Amino acid sequence: MTTRIFISILSCLFVVSGLFAQQTPAAKQTKRILYINAKIHVGDGTVIENGALGFSEGKITMIGDATRIKIDRTAFDEIVDARGKHMYPGFIATDTQLGLVEIDAVRATRDDRETGFLNPSIRSIIAYSTDSRVTPTVRSMGVLMAQISPVGGRISGQSSIVHFDAWHYEDALIKADDGIYLNFPNYFTRSGWWAEPGPVKVNKDYADNIKLLRDYLAEGKAYSELDKPKQTNLKFEAMRGLYDKSKRLYIRTDYARCILEAIDIAQDFDINICIVGGADSWRVADDLKAANVPVIINSTQRLPDRDDEDTDLCFKLPKLLYDAGVTFSFGHDGAWEQRNLVFQAGQAISYGLPYEQAVKSMTLNTAQTLGISDQAGSLAKGKDATFFVSEGDVFDPRTSELSDAYIQGRKIDLSNKQKALYEKYKAKYDAEK
Amino acid sequence: MKHLSLLVALCAICWQIAAQETYPRNGVYDEREGYYAITNATITTAPGKTESNATLVIRDGKVVSVGPASVPKGAVVIDAKGKHIYPAFVEPYSNYGMPKPKAEGERSRSQPQMLSNKSGAYSWNEALKTEFDAASEFTHNKDAAKALRMLGFGTVVAHRWDGLSRGTSVAVSTGDDRENMLIMKQQASHNLSFKKGTSTQNYPSSLMGAISLFRQTYMNAAWYTKTSPEETNLSLEAWNDAQNLPQVFEVRDRLELLRAATLGKEFSKNYIMRGTGDEYMRINEIKATNAKLIVPVYYPDAYDVTDPFDALQADLGDMRHWALAPSNAKRLNEGGITFAFTSSGKKDTKAFWKNIRKAVEAGLDESAALAALTTVPASYYGLDNQVGTLAAGKVASFIITDKSIFEEGVTIHHTWVQGKGYVNSAWKEDVFVEGNYTLRYGSKSSKLEVHGGDKPALKIALDSSKLDVKHSLKGDLITMSFTPDGEDGLVRLSGRVKGNNMNGRGQLANGRWIKWTANITREPLEKKDKKKKDEKVADAAEDDPLDEINVTYPMLAYGWTDKPQQGTYFIKNVTVWTNEADGIIENANVLVKNGKISSVGKSLKAPSGAKTIDGTGKHLTSGIIDEHSHIAISRGVNEGTQYSSAEVRIGDVVNSEDVNIYRQLAGGVTMAQLLHGSANPIGGQSALIKFRYGYQPEEMKYENAPGFIKFALGENVKQSNWGDNYRSRFPQTRMGVEQVFVDHFQRALEYEKSKGSKDFRQDLEMDALLEIVRKQRFITCHSYVQSEIVMLMRVAEMFDFRINTFTHILEGYKVADKMQEHGSAGSTFSDWWAYKYEVIDAIPYNAALMNEQGVLVGINSDDAEMGRRLNQEAGKMVRFGGMSEEDAWKTVTLNPAKILRVDDRVGSIKAGKDADLVLWSDHPLSIYAQSEMTMIDGRIFFDKAKDKQLRDQIREERALLVQMMLDAKKGGAKTRKPKMKHKHHYHCDHVEDELRD
Repeated sequence: MTTRIFISILSCLFVVSGLFAQQTPAAKQTKRILYINAKIHVGDGTVIENGALGFSEGKITMIGDATRIKIDRTAFDEIVDARGKHMYPGFIATDTQLGLVEIDAVRATRDDRETGFLNPSIRSIIAYSTDSRVTPTVRSMGVLMAQISPVGGRISGQSSIVHFDAWHYEDALIKADDGIYLNFPNYFTRSGWWAEPGPVKVNKDYADNIKLLRDYLAEGKAYSELDKPKQTNLKFEAMRGLYDKSKRLYIRTDYARCILEAIDIAQDFDINICIVGGADSWRVADDLKAANVPVIINSTQRLPDRDDEDTDLCFKLPKLLYDAGVTFSFGHDGAWEQRNLVFQAGQAISYGLPYEQAVKSMTLNTAQTLGISDQAGSLAKGKDATFFVSEGDVFDPRTSELSDAYIQGRKIDLSNKQKALYEKYKAKYDAEK
Repeated sequence: MKHLSLLVALCAICWQIAAQETYPRNGVYDEREGYYAITNATITTAPGKTESNATLVIRDGKVVSVGPASVPKGAVVIDAKGKHIYPAFVEPYSNYGMPKPKAEGERSRSQPQMLSNKSGAYSWNEALKTEFDAASEFTHNKDAAKALRMLGFGTVVAHRWDGLSRGTSVAVSTGDDRENMLIMKQQASHNLSFKKGTSTQNYPSSLMGAISLFRQTYMNAAWYTKTSPEETNLSLEAWNDAQNLPQVFEVRDRLELLRAATLGKEFSKNYIMRGTGDEYMRINEIKATNAKLIVPVYYPDAYDVTDPFDALQADLGDMRHWALAPSNAKRLNEGGITFAFTSSGKKDTKAFWKNIRKAVEAGLDESAALAALTTVPASYYGLDNQVGTLAAGKVASFIITDKSIFEEGVTIHHTWVQGKGYVNSAWKEDVFVEGNYTLRYGSKSSKLEVHGGDKPALKIALDSSKLDVKHSLKGDLITMSFTPDGEDGLVRLSGRVKGNNMNGRGQLANGRWIKWTANITREPLEKKDKKKKDEKVADAAEDDPLDEINVTYPMLAYGWTDKPQQGTYFIKNVTVWTNEADGIIENANVLVKNGKISSVGKSLKAPSGAKTIDGTGKHLTSGIIDEHSHIAISRGVNEGTQYSSAEVRIGDVVNSEDVNIYRQLAGGVTMAQLLHGSANPIGGQSALIKFRYGYQPEEMKYENAPGFIKFALGENVKQSNWGDNYRSRFPQTRMGVEQVFVDHFQRALEYEKSKGSKDFRQDLEMDALLEIVRKQRFITCHSYVQSEIVMLMRVAEMFDFRINTFTHILEGYKVADKMQEHGSAGSTFSDWWAYKYEVIDAIPYNAALMNEQGVLVGINSDDAEMGRRLNQEAGKMVRFGGMSEEDAWKTVTLNPAKILRVDDRVGSIKAGKDADLVLWSDHPLSIYAQSEMTMIDGRIFFDKAKDKQLRDQIREERALLVQMMLDAKKGGAKTRKPKMKHKHHYHCDHVEDELRD
């Protein structure tokens, strides 16, 4: 290898990884941009085969069928022909610990689980790191926004909704403290620890656990009726939003019995809830629908909980909920795993869920549940220009390849640490050839 | 000849039949004859041999005669009219009289316990307690003996239930006496199990570890006798002494039974297996092992399914077991398997007899049931010359019952042990002979019905009706009173009962004294109640829901009643991904015959007799091969208690009854390498299996597969993420890991040199390591970061072999050129990362980069869920790094076949290869593709249409079983709450101790 080649490799490495290492947020949108001829999956269940989408100053200014409406091309500074490509609203991850956890096994990098049992005042947003090396890998798979939630305890704390192009958490915020996360008492408990899982047992204290929870919600409600409590209770202050419905209660649970109990609680305390997990939700779909309770499905790519269940039960769960008229969104466990959120939807499509409904359950349904549909969740005039363009069908790993992505009109860098490492080593090997 | 009342006879309890010769005594000798004649009984001398109206004569604790013989002079007579006599039962599996198991010491919290805590010249492993001698430790226990006698047991074979090798057992009788008199046979058997018991030592923590320990112990024991070792090992000496005894093995389920049998076969041992009552689920396989069994008769309680949500948690396999468990013994008997019953297994033995009768009700032949309580267990321990039957010269241990032992409500009145009678519940002497009598009193006569039994009843038949006759009986004195038809006052009679006749004096209502007699007639007594019961039984037989509950293989949801068989299939007009030079052929036909791919081509015609499968618009590929899986493993994926466990074999613990096998089939996976975990640098030997769902463990293993072994590097083996208590087992750094390898390979070479020497001891761990060095066994190494990857290659090169496979290999892309040069393959995840520090540089482009450098690359799962959609994971390889579709597809088929060195038989669609095929609804790399049919060896193991049928069946069968359980609950049956089945999806790093009880 000559010195010159070596130097050029080196500089090449600097360019690639150097750029990425800074992970620089994009500049504010200054140009008016028009995308034409894309297959636009609007997010509301509709699709435009030859779509046009214009946006300026971070907001969508027009959307329509390019073959039908007249477009004033002069109104745009930049026109992108996206023929053959697909456009989707930015996908939204829910109940994720992205930015709270960097490396699962390294305790120092975990900020997702506060000690204590009832922690409604805990706020995930303040620990959210915009510098996570993980987030860009998720972003390059079409997930552009996320609800960051704490875990642990009975009441884990408050979630917030962020987008993935920010200098610090305040920049990232779409909605602060949008909801409170609750780990519903489990009908079953599992003993042991991660390396030594113990047997599953019926939770003998289930009824007591429920009572404790109800009592706590009752106290919180009573407190919320006081204008000036004698002493300020931070936990109950945080819960005020539940009772005036400015915050939703996100309830993590899978079992049918627990879901029904959760619906009861929602009605008794007149609060908005959302079931997160919901493996059994199809069994109580009528109740969910009647109570207007949305579900965030925790992974379609998971195993059924019971041996006797249909082997593909989790794959077809979205279809079952759709048929029953329950509003649902796709969710997925963990932090780095959100890169595969998109495939949770893909999996459901071949089990009967209509394609545009799959899109909707990645976008508008989620935005509505999270209470951000006025600004995100679908491609509509006036909403944030947060979307991406894919070379092919984004739900199929074979064809899923993002070409462009925008967050509030800012064109984001789709590279990430992994891509940089790829290019670094590819260059090394190419040079050695 | 003296007619002795029972009460007197049974005072015998306080005296001794045979003197304890060596013991001094205090007082006048009072030795008695122990000479009894028990007359008029129905005597079952042996299963299937019953004599009625027979006499049993015993003397000095032995049977003198049994049969119609007259009563000899000098014998005390006990009239057992109407009673039944059976040989006393033999309990083959007990801990009666044994000391309570106690740990030898404690295990430190922060240090692994590498050696036994027992002091003395015993085994290195605390779970090998062969030196335990039950006869030396046996102590009589009055309450326990009584409890056994109440169940009818006269003889018990007992050992201490503690450890893998539990030492020897002792046969004792259940009498109350000095131990010296009770022991019937010392060292009745050598007892083994797969439970560590009180041993606090870490090794073994897995079932495969236990099996390996047994294997090594057999070898050590042979070495110990053959050579003159410097060490004295009392456990091994005891082990050698115990080898000529019956070997009794306790197992936890049917599969463990098969595993123990396989182990036994290796060392020419045919164990008597102490099972759990689920043997009927694998009857043919168990029959083939020739194992004799000891089975408990405790059946699972019904689930309380009143609450439909609770009912959801009840597992179909468990529910079926509830329904079928009582038929276990019947099925064993019909299957030609020898079995004995044991009352052990539950503290509370109340249900023992009830359940034996349930077994009989379920169709078990009565004499087989009796044999299982008498002759069979006696024969297991060579006690059949003493007990189990009643014949001259045998030990006088027997029971007296009021009716057939298999009849509901039977009472075991006496249990006689070694010629001594023990009263469990005294019988009332039945003075009445049942029957119709003619009662004559004064000038009148009338019909009198006499019903015997515990509650004798007299009924007088008057012209208009039947009247109960008030009566009282004291000894043979009887008084009766009744009001005859059409009269007012009472007739009162008093007299004696003499067999079939009664007579005496009485007074009529008017005060006149009369004589009366009652003589039996020939007219038989009508018994209404029994008839009713028979009718009931007949009714029930008409539509017994039990008939619809079948044994399936495996006994789970989606199990087969008939296992899939090979067929001739013609798959036509399909897009064939050959993985060969022909690439992807459209509109092609494939013929499958005798389990192999017979031919592939466009112009192929369907031969007659072939079943045609239309592949129009579909894709046909060879089956997916998962190079890294931990499903279908029983009781422990890691034997991580030592830093090398090269001796353990996953192949010993393949779990054929894992529903995940079926789920993988639904995802087009036909084969997987089941790997040991990654808790230690040198793990265990792998098993390559085909997902032949329904077949038994041994049948799942791929025939003639080359041997592999799991190695591991990095955080798991240095216990980095285990918390602060795990800081002392070597190695704790990557530096130490290298030393483990060099040291072990060096030792293996030295071991090789010592072969042929006089004192050579075969060591299974060294055998495995030597196989590696000699290129007969191949390494699959769990690996992450580049330094350790290169290190291991260099270690291998030092010993002149190659690392076959790096698995996970997340930084393989950084050293792909070095791997290529070394010649090792990489089997990786598609996109996992960030879950621990050593994977922070993992990238989804890893496979593509390695592939480009000429490294043989596979994509694996290490996960039960991902395993069933590896086709998508391969699809991601097109997305990340731009692999060609054919190359991407090979990462889950041909490449793993090559990595596993079986590509001459599987991995592509080519004439002559195994017919392991998948028919896909769509492009196989697509997320939208579903397997419509998955075939292994020409047997269809998954089929969309059949799957739908199975689902319907599952729903129907569940509904039926739920109803049956509700009925059972209504009928007063005990129930338990259903709970979520313990799902055990193993990952590399699961290290639980699986050998606790």
